[in-house]
Amino acid sequence: MSLVYAGILSHAPGITGRAHLAPNAAVRDAFYACLHKQAAEIRASEAEVLLVVAAEHFANFFMDNMPAYCLGIGEKHTGPIEDSDWLKIEKTTIPGAPEVALKIVKSMLKSVDLAYSEEWQCDHGIMVPLHFLTPNYDLPVIPCNINCQGPPLTPLSRVWQFGQALRQACDEQTERIAIVGTGGISHWPATPDSGKINEDWDREFLQRLMNQDMHKLLAYVDEEVYSQAGQGGFEIRTLIATAAAARGPGELQFYSAELPIFAVGCTVARFEITA
Amino acid sequence: MSLYQVQKFLYNLNREEKLQSRFREDKHATLATYELTDDEFTALASGDIGLLYVFGVNGQILMHYAAFLQIEWFDYLQLMRGGIDKHGPVRAGIYAMTGGGKQFAEAGKTGEES
Ligand SMILES: [Fe+2]
Repeated sequence: MSLVYAGILSHAPGITGRAHLAPNAAVRDAFYACLHKQAAEIRASEAEVLLVVAAEHFANFFMDNMPAYCLGIGEKHTGPIEDSDWLKIEKTTIPGAPEVALKIVKSMLKSVDLAYSEEWQCDHGIMVPLHFLTPNYDLPVIPCNINCQGPPLTPLSRVWQFGQALRQACDEQTERIAIVGTGGISHWPATPDSGKINEDWDREFLQRLMNQDMHKLLAYVDEEVYSQAGQGGFEIRTLIATAAAARGPGELQFYSAELPIFAVGCTVARFEITA
Repeated sequence: MSLYQVQKFLYNLNREEKLQSRFREDKHATLATYELTDDEFTALASGDIGLLYVFGVNGQILMHYAAFLQIEWFDYLQLMRGGIDKHGPVRAGIYAMTGGGKQFAEAGKTGEES
C-alpha cells in the first residue's frame, strides 16, 4: 500500500492574501496551526510525493479545450499566476514527479478518461495549500485538476470513480504517496457576496464526507448545490474524490465559518486509509 | 456579444507575463487581436470591473484581472456592485450576485499580522 496520507484543506486566496485583514486573529491563527499540523502529519507519513487534487481557476485550462480531469506529469510546475503581492506568495518553481505521475496516469486510464499535461501553472488553488504543506517547495508535487469552473462539469458519480481509480493507481506504486484534496464547501467567491457561507450546509456535507456516506454524497445535484452553496460549492468534487481514494472514515480537525474575510468555511481534515 | 473572446483575452493575460507587459505598453494593439464589440474593447482597455462582471466574465478570471490592476479587495467588491447598479444584473455565467448587494465580510480594525 503506497497511499500513506489522505486529507483535505481549503485554498481560498484570502487565506494568505488577506491574512492581515482578518478581524478574528485568534480563529485565524487556530486555523493556521491546524494547517501546520497537517504539514507535520504529511511529513510524518514519510510521503515522497504529494498529489494535490485541486479545482483550478483558469491557470491552465479554458473553454477551448477543457478536460474534466487532468494530471500534471511535468518535471516542474510554476506559480502562482496571480500577482504575488495580492496573494502574498512569491513566484516560484515546484518540483514535479514525472515518473510516478506517468505511472499513475497509465494505471488510471484503464478505468477513467483523464487528460495529462507536461506544463502546469499553479494558481491559488494549489499555491495556498503548498504554502502551508511544503513551504520550502522541496516535496515533489503531482498537480491534478477537476474542472469545477466551466460547466458542464463532471457528475459526482464519475468523481467517485475517479477517486477509486486514483487509489488503485497509488496502490500499484512503490513510492509513498500523500493525497490532499482542496476545495471550498459552500461559498460565493469572486462575487459581491464574497464572505457568505452556509454553515449548516457545510456541516451536513462534512458529516457525509467524514462518514464516507457515498450515497448521500452522490445525491447532491448541481442545481441544489448552486442555490444552497453557491458556484464555489461545485468544488466539493475535489473533496469527494479524496474520500473515495482514502476509503476510511474522516476526522474533522478544523472547521470555522467565522473567517468570512477568507470567503470560505475554513476546513482541515484527514482520512484513515483503509483497504 | 462575444463573452468567450473577452474571457479568452483575460485568461491569456492572467497567465502570461509577456502578454501582461505588452498590454501595459499598448492596450489597443493587444486587444485588437481579439474579436470584441466596442463595449467589450472599451471595458477591457479601461479596466471596467463593474461592466466586465455584468457581462458575465467568470469571477475567478475577473478576480485575477482585478489583482493584476492592483485594485484593493473591498474596492473590487464594490466595483462589481456598482456595475450591477449601473448596468443591471449579471447577464451570463455562474457568478451572479445573489446576496442583494449586502456585504458579508468586514476587515479587522487592527489589521494584525500573524
Ligand atoms: Fe476555488
